Amino acid sequence: MPRGGLWAVMAAALLSGALFGFGLALSTMVRPESVLQFLLLKDFGLLLVMGGAAGVTGVIYFILPRLLSGPVLGHHFETHPSHFSARTFVGAAIFGVGWGLAGVCPGPAVAGLGTGDWPLLASVAGILLGAWLQGLFFGKH
Amino acid sequence: MFPSGWHQYLAGGVCVGLGVGLLFALTGLIGGVSTMYPSALSLVAGHPFFQHEKFVATRHWRLMYGLGLILGAAVYTVARGRGTVFVTAVPVWRLFVGGVLAGFGARLSGGCTSGHGICGIGSLQKPSILAVLVFLTTAILTAHAARALGGH
Repeated sequence: MPRGGLWAVMAAALLSGALFGFGLALSTMVRPESVLQFLLLKDFGLLLVMGGAAGVTGVIYFILPRLLSGPVLGHHFETHPSHFSARTFVGAAIFGVGWGLAGVCPGPAVAGLGTGDWPLLASVAGILLGAWLQGLFFGKH
Repeated sequence: MFPSGWHQYLAGGVCVGLGVGLLFALTGLIGGVSTMYPSALSLVAGHPFFQHEKFVATRHWRLMYGLGLILGAAVYTVARGRGTVFVTAVPVWRLFVGGVLAGFGARLSGGCTSGHGICGIGSLQKPSILAVLVFLTTAILTAHAARALGGH
């Protein structure tokens, strides 16, 4: 159980997710059309969004563990290493085909619902189905 | 490069980074989004893969994180967007089929635009950086192919 209890962690996740979702809406990345404009190489805004987000995240990931012994509500700062494996890159290639077709990825598909873009429910249902098929037939922990 | 200006992109990206950073500062958790989907499936799918601790034990915060995404975007729409609702013109079949492939691929790859693109690049992980280059390439090719076949 994390320090501060379950409710505190859930509130922290809600607040963090809200900042994330606000940023996705502000940058118009909740709109499939915006993502497709980038993928058709007409508007490079997506690179600023991803670069800006990765830059800020990178600074925080780098500095905080050197500054604090642990997070406010937890015991340690987690890491999530990615791996050089066929799964990582075959998966990424398939993910890209889906992203290029739909114009949304797992975050904006959900966040876009908050802007009233109801057809994105089709993407959320699709992502759930895809995640289910992956777990069922290729699941590995 | 930026026919609609660039400020909103950078400001939005910084907000997204602050969201991921706030989650890390408060809880120490890594805020990739795609794990939320198998985590949500653990509510209904009895298959042992979905009942793994990784999904069940993180379900509470992952679902709240997802709810936060919706709320934050809704706050923007009401406060800054003057309540203007945007409904995509991308055909439903593309949203759905693209979703299936994106969901399958992200889970096989162990991350999506947020997990590899933001958290992975943010922590300078080489497999994530390469994964981002791979999915950007296939996404750009797919979008061009779809347009050539008479799509958006």
